[in-house]
Amino acid sequence: GVYSKDYGPEYAHCNTTVWNPVGSGLSYEDFDFPIFLLEDANETQVIKQCYQDHNIPRDGSGPEYPLCAMQLFSHMHAVTSTVTCMRRSSLQSTFSINPEIVCDPLLDYNVWSTLQPINSSGKVEPDKEVIMVATRIDSHSFFWNIAPGAESAVSSFVTHLAAAEALHKASDVHLLQRNVMFTFFQGETFDYIGSSRMVYDMENDKFPLRLDNIHSFVELNQVALRNGSALWMHTDPVSRLNASVGAQVRNLLDILSSSSVGSNVTLEEVEYSQPLPPSSFQRFLRARHIPGVVLTDHRAAFQNRYYQSMYDTPENIGVQYPAGLSPEETLEYVTDTAKALADVATVVARALYRLAGGANNTSAIQADPKTVTRMLYGFLIKMNNSWFQSIIKPDLQGILGKSNTRRKNTGMGLIPRGSFLSLNKGTAWLFPRGSLQSPTPPFSSQLYDYAWVQGSLEPNSTSRAPYCVRSTVHLSKALSPAFELRQWGSTEYSTWTESRWKEIRARIFLVASKELEIITLVVGIIILVFSLLATYFINAKADILFSLPRDPGAVAY
Amino acid sequence: AFFWLVSLLLSSLIWFIAVKASDPRDEPLQRGLLIFGVVFSVLLQEVFRFLYYNLLRKAIEGLVALSEDGCSPISIQQMAYVAGVGFGLMSGAFSMINLLADALGPGTVGIHGDSQLYFLTSAFMTMVLIFLHTFWGILFFHGCEHRRWWEIAAVVVMHLAVSGSTFCNPLYVGSLVPSYLLMAIAAVWAYLLSGGSAQNVWRFLLCKS
Repeated sequence: GVYSKDYGPEYAHCNTTVWNPVGSGLSYEDFDFPIFLLEDANETQVIKQCYQDHNIPRDGSGPEYPLCAMQLFSHMHAVTSTVTCMRRSSLQSTFSINPEIVCDPLLDYNVWSTLQPINSSGKVEPDKEVIMVATRIDSHSFFWNIAPGAESAVSSFVTHLAAAEALHKASDVHLLQRNVMFTFFQGETFDYIGSSRMVYDMENDKFPLRLDNIHSFVELNQVALRNGSALWMHTDPVSRLNASVGAQVRNLLDILSSSSVGSNVTLEEVEYSQPLPPSSFQRFLRARHIPGVVLTDHRAAFQNRYYQSMYDTPENIGVQYPAGLSPEETLEYVTDTAKALADVATVVARALYRLAGGANNTSAIQADPKTVTRMLYGFLIKMNNSWFQSIIKPDLQGILGKSNTRRKNTGMGLIPRGSFLSLNKGTAWLFPRGSLQSPTPPFSSQLYDYAWVQGSLEPNSTSRAPYCVRSTVHLSKALSPAFELRQWGSTEYSTWTESRWKEIRARIFLVASKELEIITLVVGIIILVFSLLATYFINAKADILFSLPRDPGAVAY
Repeated sequence: AFFWLVSLLLSSLIWFIAVKASDPRDEPLQRGLLIFGVVFSVLLQEVFRFLYYNLLRKAIEGLVALSEDGCSPISIQQMAYVAGVGFGLMSGAFSMINLLADALGPGTVGIHGDSQLYFLTSAFMTMVLIFLHTFWGILFFHGCEHRRWWEIAAVVVMHLAVSGSTFCNPLYVGSLVPSYLLMAIAAVWAYLLSGGSAQNVWRFLLCKS
């Protein structure tokens, strides 16, 4: 984060505000034994049955051997820390013919898109100003692949996408004075991998924008659990001490407040002296004092009781459907949460329009609750639904089919998100099936991204009506700069890595008591020694024992 | 040892064919087939012991012809003992190897749901069988040598008794105790036939020269 002993020392180390007081920090503890989570009732039934058969104490005393035991395998190749395992991996890859890599840095992609297209391989002029809107798209929990992140991640990026869609409904978007960039950062849970990488790229001219181009920054963080109608605006008190930055922040806050007039959202400011909550904006502030605001549903401590927990489920944000609906109906059913998020998205979109220099009436800018509820259903309940199927590229369709439970983690496929953005904002050129030719766009091809998506199912048939989508969505690599710079012990950037691991499995069996095993071994050794001694003595005294041979040539060995 | 192995191969082939040709779900039939297989195997082992005796007999004639002083360098009693040990070792190996392989991993209690004393009792049973095969070798060859058919018959009956007693398992008392008793009887008998007597044992125990 941005607060350290050099910048706002009174806010560093959570001195002023504790953001997640119910947090236990369990994920960051070091356990030297495997811990497994079993969700399938069939698997737990086997364990329960074995326990009932063998391990229950009978008649008050403890259970007797043989007892039921379980062996858990969860081998991780990496040890100690990132520095050690990266050093070992790099030695292997440098010197060995068959390198054995033990850990990998966390790597995925940020997704970004602009309202007015910019050339992603070129550079934007210094006088072109951009308003950045940012959310995170990753979540985390104690167990692998069980991190729904409903409140911590999904609520914010769904609102962000809905705001992007709403903003496109304004008639003069291509005439706006400032551009708007919708950014979705990946890896924020692990010390802001995505945002730190984007800042690094901006500083080193590897990104079309530079930090000077950023006019202001709006971030959405956990917006689903609003208390009443309040949405809180957090700002950084240290940068506001500067007069010009302070004035710009003031302007930003006023525009946001005025955009909420007439909606169900009341924008409130937190105390001036409260620091920013944990957010991607902090990484940008580290580099430049950009005026910015973070919108959340909590004033001080999180409203979310299950932050970064596997219990951050749709029920946590109130996404509930009446019983007896078919999957299609559930997809289309508009929940109250969806309406609430749509309200927030409307306010944000109108504020962005004003910030970008738009002067017209903003009543047309309205987020659609139907889109919001469909996105919530898709990202939280069931990914394999008809809407997602219709907007995804045909070769990526397998991603949807694999997961029909709620899963999300840092390594989640981003391409669906890219498809989303493009649908929410792009102009679609329809090419009927069969006449596919590469389009000859009037603009340079780095301005746009073209995707051929599956399309929806035609009624009463299994064939689809695909079409081509042109959008301004781009991906940018989200790998921590520490790995680019090979500073594995860096305290400046995130250095999280993931260990390589073998298959995770467990087996259940009966074990005998230790006493029995020792007895077996000791008896065997005694018999062995005894037999050796007996053999020796019989051999030595053979002529005494066998003194009456029947045949010549006595039996001797 | 090789002869024992061949006899086991043939008897297991017969049993395997019988099992495959029958209905696997019929429990009494399967048990009956197992008993039949055991009896058949015992008889086949004794047949092969007899065949081996004949082979060695012919070999002794050849050795006598080759030797310088008209005596074979190895007596028939020595051959009897060695044959018995060979049979015993091979049967012991076959009994224990699978068990030892399973003993490596976890889940060693009774392997397939048997009692937790399974390893101990299997080890003792194997030991008693090896000893018995050794003594039976001596008895059998002596009986064949001196045309005492009742000695041969006694060996066969003892073998059937020991193998049959294993059907008492997991009541290990029913299989181990009779087997050890029979082993004691066979040991004494073989010792007497090999030129021992009670007086010799007494002198041995008192460490007289």
